Amino acid sequence: MQDFAEAFALAFHLIVTADADLVEIVLLSLRVSLTAVFIAGVVGLPLGAVLAVARFPGRGGVIVVVNALMGLPPVVVGLLVYLALSNAGPLGVLQLLYTPSAMIIAQAILVTPIVAALTRQVIDDLNREYDEQLRSLGVTWVDAVSTLLWDARGSLATALLAGFGRAVAEVGAVIIVGGNINHVTRVMTTAIALETSKGNLALALALGLILLLLALGVNAAVLSLRSDRMEAARV
Amino acid sequence: MSNVQALDQSPRETARTTADILPLVAEGLVFEAGGRRLVDGVDLELQPGARTIVLGPNGAGKSLLLRLLHGLLRPSAGRITWNGRPADATTLRRQAMVFQKPVMLRRSVAANIDYALKVRGVPRTGRIPRVREMLRTADLDRLAPSPARVLSGGEQQRLSLARALVTQPEVLFLDEPTASLDPASTLAIERLIDDAAAAGTRIVMVTHDLGQARRLADEVVFIHRGRIAERTAAFRFFQSPMSQPAADFLAGHLVL
Repeated sequence: MQDFAEAFALAFHLIVTADADLVEIVLLSLRVSLTAVFIAGVVGLPLGAVLAVARFPGRGGVIVVVNALMGLPPVVVGLLVYLALSNAGPLGVLQLLYTPSAMIIAQAILVTPIVAALTRQVIDDLNREYDEQLRSLGVTWVDAVSTLLWDARGSLATALLAGFGRAVAEVGAVIIVGGNINHVTRVMTTAIALETSKGNLALALALGLILLLLALGVNAAVLSLRSDRMEAARV
Repeated sequence: MSNVQALDQSPRETARTTADILPLVAEGLVFEAGGRRLVDGVDLELQPGARTIVLGPNGAGKSLLLRLLHGLLRPSAGRITWNGRPADATTLRRQAMVFQKPVMLRRSVAANIDYALKVRGVPRTGRIPRVREMLRTADLDRLAPSPARVLSGGEQQRLSLARALVTQPEVLFLDEPTASLDPASTLAIERLIDDAAAAGTRIVMVTHDLGQARRLADEVVFIHRGRIAERTAAFRFFQSPMSQPAADFLAGHLVL
């Protein structure tokens, strides 16, 4: 118990004094996961909206696949990205393995299906309400998709936050393609895994606390967005 | 005959930027769903001018007929022409529809009206004065910056009517726009419809409310079981309807 108390004290000390190593790791984590979520948004939002609005053969199948990919195991994504980026792999010439870029790619692949699937659900619901009105106004197909995306912005923000929560907390993919190299590819989750096994509980705990606070913040943001929407909808 | 018509139309064509879309002609219109004929062979011609009220019992096919005419539904059989041409994007831009349940875009009141003009490609400088004028006409200027979704039911319906009218449609379809509104809101809606009709918009409106039909109708189209039971000038319809279902309906009997 003595050890734990000491570790907690040290962890708080690291956070309060903004320890350089700690800050570096947190900032890299945020950079990697935010970039991955940005990419997932650029791909997943339009993809989800098109899946909700368009009618084409095989649409049901695509939706099932996208929904299934939401549960993609991070280690499997890490392994596939590793294979693609390794020297023998098809993208080996890019020399991206063990760089933050590789970690961004892996997390983007992990998060895009989440954003796309949640977007499809949200846009599908909204389109049920809007469809006749938009067609009556003579709105083109492309304009309809952008109108739906804009008008669902509150719900879509929660989809992106859910994606961010998933990205920032996962360890399996980034540890395989990033390698947890100190000062290069070490992020919060990989550092926790390593420092715990090394017995450096203070740093691990400090990072764990920050991760928890981030998760709390994300969920608080989701909740407040949702209640704002309820307020505005008044249904 | 054709010479007379051509002479008749030319001054109006110069007054408007594009050719008129009326008359609207529907021939042998059929709509089937789930193996049932919900609209069963409707022939209807709508010339410019009169306000047409569509009456009939629940499930008679009134709303379906409106959606078919507006082009939201594809008929199972029959055809619709606008001034001799099949419906297309151009004819759709000259019509508008107000639904029973107003659909409010998640934007401000002013942005809802602006949207209808924006999707028609009206440049921003042209939109601003038209939106402002429409807000005033519909008595919504005080609410212009509010989110549309927090308005009361009556205000929402006024907004959706304003959004339809701002495009200056040649034909306006209305599907029971005042079905769940209080008398004050209903009066405001009816005034806007009256003004639009006076300004030359062709009104085609479904209603359940016989009082409203009396107030607004120039002519009544009575629908029964997917067919037009009769089409009669309003003053004659309310005194002595020609068809038995309409007579029963007016007498307050349950018409099935």
